Amino acid sequence: MLFARDRVRRRGEGRYQVRLRPNERALVEDLVGQLREQLLASTDDPSVRRLFPPAYPNDPERDAGYQVLTRDELLEQRLAAIDVVERTLDGRDLDAAEMTAWMGTLNSLRLVLGTRLDVDEELPDLDPDDPQAPAYAVYEYLGWLLSQVVDALGSDLPPPSADARRP
Amino acid sequence: MPIAGPPLQVAPVETDQPVGDTAVDPDQPWVVIVWNDPINLMSYVTYVLQKLFGYPFEVAEKLMLQVHYEGRAVVSNGPREKAELDVFRLHEHGLWATMQQD
Repeated sequence: MLFARDRVRRRGEGRYQVRLRPNERALVEDLVGQLREQLLASTDDPSVRRLFPPAYPNDPERDAGYQVLTRDELLEQRLAAIDVVERTLDGRDLDAAEMTAWMGTLNSLRLVLGTRLDVDEELPDLDPDDPQAPAYAVYEYLGWLLSQVVDALGSDLPPPSADARRP
Repeated sequence: MPIAGPPLQVAPVETDQPVGDTAVDPDQPWVVIVWNDPINLMSYVTYVLQKLFGYPFEVAEKLMLQVHYEGRAVVSNGPREKAELDVFRLHEHGLWATMQQD
């Protein structure tokens, strides 16, 4: 299935297309539906906590303030991005905001799945009969798709800021 | 194929835990740190650093490699409000970012 990097196309400046095969479309639709359910159930559940990291890991009081300020907004953004992906699964033309929603959602899915699998930098060479093999295959598929989205959006980055030569 | 369900391991996957004391001189600038994690793609991290901070590709890639090989990199700094906004924007993009006073 994964031979050509041809699922994501840049069709001109700020215009993109994600063309999935029917089985891939069904998979992505299923995954984003699950992600929405998880997010709506609880943002504190270990399965989605990776999407809401601490800003002040050594200062619980300040971090609680940060979470109050940001948690709802991060949640709303992720739910809105999921909506965009579901609405545009049919391969229609996407603008930059829609392509960015795809990028964020694919990355969220990888974070949730990768956390569950407790992945390492090097993925294990699993036997196809291993019960974890399907999850790893999905994880790799999502990375393959995401890297195409990053390439497409990267072509349209504005020129670097003159005052941002280094941190 | 369930993405969630019971986690195989509850502990977060980041490999490096931030250390250090944040209770220092309030006038010192804050630094924003991105920590290595085994999930985010290298190309994705580079893209996010270019997009959020306007870094040239070479600078963003160098920072990404620093994160990858050294476990962390300072990606921006400034007053607390600016640092917090930068952390938030990195969290929007799923990067493991924290802030502390240098």
